[in-house]
Amino acid sequence: MTKKLLLEKIDVPGIKTYDVYRREGGYRSVEKALTMKPEEIVEEVKKSGLRGRGGAGFPTGLKWSFIAKPEGIPRHLVVNADESEPGTFKDRYLMEFIPHYLIEGMIVSSFALGSNVSYIYIRGEYAWITDILDQAIAEAKQQGWLGKNILGSGFDCEIYTQRGAGAYICGEETALLESLEGNRGNPRIKPPFPAVKGVWQRPTVVNNVETIAAVVPIINDGGEAYSKIGIGKSTGTKLISACGNINKPGVYEIDMTISVEEFIYSEEYCGGIPHGKRLKACIPGGSSVPILPANLLLTTAKGEKRLMNYESLSDGGFATGSMMGSGGFIVLDEDQCVVRHTYTLARFYRHESCGQCSPCREGTGWMEKILKKIESGNGEMKDIDLLWDIQRKIEGNTICPLGDAAAWPVAAAIRHFRDEFEWHVNNPELCLQQNYGLAHYADDIQVPA
Amino acid sequence: MAEENKKIKLTIDNITVEVEPGTTIVEAARLLGSEFAPPTMCFYSKLEGSGGKCRTCLVEVAAGSAADPRPMPKLVASCRTQVMEGMVVKNITSERVLDARNGVVEFLLINHPLDCPICDQAGECYLQDLSYDHGEVGTRTEFVRRTFKREDIGPLIQLHMTRCILCYRCVMVADQLTDKRVHGIVDRGDKAAISTYISKAIDNDFSGNMIDVCPVGALTDKTFRFKNRVWFTKPVDAHRDCETPGCCGKATLWLRGEEVFRVTSRKDPWGEVQSFDGKPGWICNTCRFDKKKSSDWVVEGLTQISRHSVIGANKYKVLDVPKETIREVMDGRDPKLLMDIHAVSDVNNPAIDLSKLNRPAHSGDFEK
Repeated sequence: MTKKLLLEKIDVPGIKTYDVYRREGGYRSVEKALTMKPEEIVEEVKKSGLRGRGGAGFPTGLKWSFIAKPEGIPRHLVVNADESEPGTFKDRYLMEFIPHYLIEGMIVSSFALGSNVSYIYIRGEYAWITDILDQAIAEAKQQGWLGKNILGSGFDCEIYTQRGAGAYICGEETALLESLEGNRGNPRIKPPFPAVKGVWQRPTVVNNVETIAAVVPIINDGGEAYSKIGIGKSTGTKLISACGNINKPGVYEIDMTISVEEFIYSEEYCGGIPHGKRLKACIPGGSSVPILPANLLLTTAKGEKRLMNYESLSDGGFATGSMMGSGGFIVLDEDQCVVRHTYTLARFYRHESCGQCSPCREGTGWMEKILKKIESGNGEMKDIDLLWDIQRKIEGNTICPLGDAAAWPVAAAIRHFRDEFEWHVNNPELCLQQNYGLAHYADDIQVPA
Repeated sequence: MAEENKKIKLTIDNITVEVEPGTTIVEAARLLGSEFAPPTMCFYSKLEGSGGKCRTCLVEVAAGSAADPRPMPKLVASCRTQVMEGMVVKNITSERVLDARNGVVEFLLINHPLDCPICDQAGECYLQDLSYDHGEVGTRTEFVRRTFKREDIGPLIQLHMTRCILCYRCVMVADQLTDKRVHGIVDRGDKAAISTYISKAIDNDFSGNMIDVCPVGALTDKTFRFKNRVWFTKPVDAHRDCETPGCCGKATLWLRGEEVFRVTSRKDPWGEVQSFDGKPGWICNTCRFDKKKSSDWVVEGLTQISRHSVIGANKYKVLDVPKETIREVMDGRDPKLLMDIHAVSDVNNPAIDLSKLNRPAHSGDFEK
């Protein structure tokens, strides 16, 4: 059994309410943190090796130490709860069932960063969770964990929730800040980075919900203890939201030492693939990371077992690896069509592009049209090469990572499943009636040059 | 103020240039001349916060600065990246940049109507120049292009959204020059469009500058629409005493004979309004739309057009005449509809060689 940190108490009846949460040891970290110096907390987080759980995996302590501290200008902490990546639903679970965990983490983090006004920017569709959080904030405030002079320490902190208006792009940190200010959610051009000029041109740290929640066990048990969980640079526990063709979809807390194979097939986690079907492919970290065929998913190109952590999942780069991403684990069995799947993702990214910069605005729409053409049996061989060329010209040339996120799934699908695309082109009638099937993906490891 | 000795030295395409701190790469490159300056569609140095959107000005930074000579991993938007001491920038010497730029131009064109023959911007359009310099002969897209309805926004300006490349310049003009912005971007992604607040008319003294900053033919002057082609008109610099506060009163008149066909602000080689006494020379709507008689103005002399464009001389000196047939260019497909627009136009008269003219062409050249 994995040692659980974030979800340890999730099954306690009434944990949503302040009384039960407090009885179960909640808000201890605030009591401890307020006796420490802010720099010591940052140091502790650095020591823990905690990496951003939103997708990029940037070391949190390092990010915190970058925040500019000009005299007389307030700083802010903004929690990114705009969880909209297809396949990712871990933050929702945490906020819905144990909201005080996030509030507790936010108070500690706000103290460490010197933020007197902190925000939760929450996805607009999570309307009922906003109510849950507002309720939790009100309870915390009533009990003196928020407001003026918390526990007599002289530290003031307020937390506000802000609902988004239904845009995936507002999960990008600078677009989120624009939206929080009340503007159109267009990503800003960096530099300046949010750590220097963030919300209202003030130094700001934007962190994922899970990252901020993870600060609680780090302060309770110390960064040293947290860093001992996991392996290498993947310390601590990670929430994985598993979905797709598995017997037990849901949110799992793992320490990052278990193998992908164990995660998919063991009864403790996903419980295998339904109806005895075989594994075809998997997106291990949310829709924007490259898809991997079964053989490359379970073992790396070097033949080692692939583990559920940052390093192992990205082993081999994009040629034979993928990314940990946000932990949206999407499993595809042998009956799934990769072309259709890629088309669905391309449609999503086209719909969610903000339209600010030309490669993403025009390129995402173009890719979607070509994929639709291939999927509906009208494709030509040159379309596959064209698709490859388009994604190559989007990637890295856009303002924000949405362009990359749109390009990577298409690139990976062509890289690993080119024969399936070609089969669609060669069998325009057949591809409307049946799927390509498993083919050789599960058999031998093929390393593209 | 930066002192003289505080200037920053950087290298652009192996040429060293010295600039003030805080300058962007593209402004530094412009000092070297138009061959070295990356093309820009959305950047407008007189508008705060412009740039970074069109991605045509992407350059490679081979060394970030003397202090930190690591190369930047991605191509950067030169209009939004400030220069650093010892920076090494590669523009036209980098294959990566040219490849990315070709990609961006292709993206900009896949949904552009390419209706240059009936577009008022033709001849002074930046997208035309850009596709001439970086575009491909054929197109790789076969899909129906995105179209929008033409919209009159106020009595003086027409919005042709189909042509728009979403540079946001007109939004910034409205924000920074006029009291109240009533238009902006609605929707997102490839449905994003410039629009007014529920068909509200744009009506303020400086709205006409939106037309000037538009790099394509999306915003056109309704008093000039279909009146003439820009290359038939003769631009002259002129001024008048304008009483509108904020208007510089210095403009370019576009004449044919004695008739003033249109009035625009004066532009520098980069298509931006010229500055007078350090202030951008925006003009008011009275000057632009109402003063259409030569007697309203004091003419200073012929406008020098240094910008490379069809209205500048010698642009097409090294024009390569295509040798392939249309069918070859289109991979063996037959064109569905071929409009031979130029056959009915005097412009295509082979007896007239535009590159032999040492000045902007005017109607007299075609009436020989």
